[in-house]
Amino acid sequence: MDQMYFAAEVFLNGLMTGVMYALVALGFVLIFKASGVFNYAQGVLALFAALTLVGIQQGQVPFAHMINAMFGTHIEHFGWTVPSVLAILLTGAVMVLLAFLIEKLVLQHLIGQAPIILFMATIGLAYFLEGLGDVMWGADIKNLDVGLPQGISETIETATAEWFGYGLFIDRLDIWATLIAALLVAALVAFAQYTKQGRAMRAVADDHQAALSVGISLRFIWVMVWSIAGFVALVAGIMWGTKSGVQFSLSLIALKALPVLMLGGFTSIPGAIVGGLIIGVGEKLFEFFIGPMIGGATENWFAYVLALLFLVFRPQGLFGERIIERV
Amino acid sequence: MLYREAGDFKTSYRDDGQTFPIRLDRWAYYAALVVAFLVVPFVINDYWANAVFVPFLIYAIAALGLNILTGYAGQVSLGTGGFMAVGAYAVYKLMTAFPEISIVIHILLAGGITAIVGMLFGLPSLRIKGFYLAVATLAAQFFLVWLFNKVPWFYNYSASGQINAPERTILGYAVTGPATSAPAKYLICLVFAFVLAWVARNLTRGMSGRKWMAIRDMDIAAEIIGVNPLTAKLSAFAMSSFFVGVAGALLFAVYLGAAEVGEAFGINKSFLVLFMIIIGGLGSIFGSFAGAAFMVLLPVLLKNVLVGGLGWPTDLAAHIELMIVGGLIVFFLIAEPHGLARLWALTKEKLRLWPFPH
Repeated sequence: MDQMYFAAEVFLNGLMTGVMYALVALGFVLIFKASGVFNYAQGVLALFAALTLVGIQQGQVPFAHMINAMFGTHIEHFGWTVPSVLAILLTGAVMVLLAFLIEKLVLQHLIGQAPIILFMATIGLAYFLEGLGDVMWGADIKNLDVGLPQGISETIETATAEWFGYGLFIDRLDIWATLIAALLVAALVAFAQYTKQGRAMRAVADDHQAALSVGISLRFIWVMVWSIAGFVALVAGIMWGTKSGVQFSLSLIALKALPVLMLGGFTSIPGAIVGGLIIGVGEKLFEFFIGPMIGGATENWFAYVLALLFLVFRPQGLFGERIIERV
Repeated sequence: MLYREAGDFKTSYRDDGQTFPIRLDRWAYYAALVVAFLVVPFVINDYWANAVFVPFLIYAIAALGLNILTGYAGQVSLGTGGFMAVGAYAVYKLMTAFPEISIVIHILLAGGITAIVGMLFGLPSLRIKGFYLAVATLAAQFFLVWLFNKVPWFYNYSASGQINAPERTILGYAVTGPATSAPAKYLICLVFAFVLAWVARNLTRGMSGRKWMAIRDMDIAAEIIGVNPLTAKLSAFAMSSFFVGVAGALLFAVYLGAAEVGEAFGINKSFLVLFMIIIGGLGSIFGSFAGAAFMVLLPVLLKNVLVGGLGWPTDLAAHIELMIVGGLIVFFLIAEPHGLARLWALTKEKLRLWPFPH
């Protein structure tokens, strides 16, 4: 019986992890929907956002490492700390600036290229941003704390212990992440449905040419979408950074978000969420039940193999638009 | 005036269709071969072999392989690292299981095994395309690396989980193991690179190459004109994986000597080889070599300039290298999507008329 409770706990934790995956996947979907660019750099954007947030919060000198190497100085910090809310706002501004620069320097020159070229460009962008983030803020592992509650939730543990006689272990951060993710999705949907810019964004997603002809500025929409994606990356970066520290492996969560997208369909926001939950729960349960039999650490590939098998039968994903090709 | 083709007449289709139609190019090619085979082995030392020549030749083979798949057949693959691991582990198992058979046969067999694995992972390409497929090949990358890490049979139950290349000889000279001399390492890689480049060139300009390119340019149209997408795509995956497998086998057996799968064949290897073909030139044999040379030389150069010249810390140099590589990828995709190979072709065009502009 304990085994079953434990499985339930694994299931719940899988759901929470899935929400985190979905958060990263959301950023992908937004950019893909609005510009047809498959943005590999989304994970690195999250890393960059988290690094910038920590850097601003702790008053680090940008490029301190390089300046020290060049001039033989020993500067590290300005000596002040910035309150979390202000730091988040400033980081948001940096992400908007980054979105503007990416549009100006990269995307603008690649209009009309094959999607796969754009994809490879974002791989290059990912490398560049990763290097830039490390050069700017240093590559050491940093603690991120913006005041989100962490640790085991005792309320749930005691409540479930009373009801079932088995206390479920759930991290409070995961609960908060779920709430914030739900809020974020609601806000994004509301934005897309009820604001002028949101409607323009959907128009661009439908048809670039038609959107241009009714006077929508494609460039503005792209900057906006990349800014929003940068903001989503910031939220994802805060969550993951708080959970496991800000370090290079943060950018690898993008690799986890890819199978989520394949499962859910590249163009669907609900797909990103459902896909995230399926992958999160699936890999935890698989690791729990099958993992011990075949050596463990199946989390590295399970998501991909699941998505791959799924794609063979339904190439457009769960909620994706059906691609019809006729000869 | 430096580069001329005046008086270089062709009188048959055969002459017209040769790889180097211009006499000067042909001579340059033969000269390069003579230098590579008859001069370099006598002057090479350990530093040059390990830092530049051997990795260059091995990565050139891998880049040729990926270029067949991505550049010619249009199927983007991010699983190169995983397939190199297949080649490495296949050659390791063969070397330890059949010590009396020549290492050359083992390396070729390792390529063959990789080809089969590659075809297996290429099967989804019939249903899914573009970056869906690119992401799907990541499944191969992660699954294979996990497999070689977790199944002890692959590393012969060694305590460290590493694989170590035992000593094998060709004509009495050690080519694997710690006693290998720099010229031996270099020569075996050179022979493989030369033969495989020759094979790749002739494959890609023959019927199979035309089929691959038809699939790349527009798969539906290719199907209408009678290209079977199944055989075309799977043969591209098989050939490509064969090359990549040979490269993986050489990388492990000749260059590294010992390897741990997650470190030597991780996802970064996949991207490294992908960058080589983007920078070198998609769909070009010369581009594979140019890209490999570029990506092998860039870290050496940066290290010498930043760490050796300016005295910066190595980690900072590594991060700046990331920035430069990423920036170059974006730059090449924007400015010259056909890479260094195209730049080289343009240079030749200019030199034909030099010093007159038109």
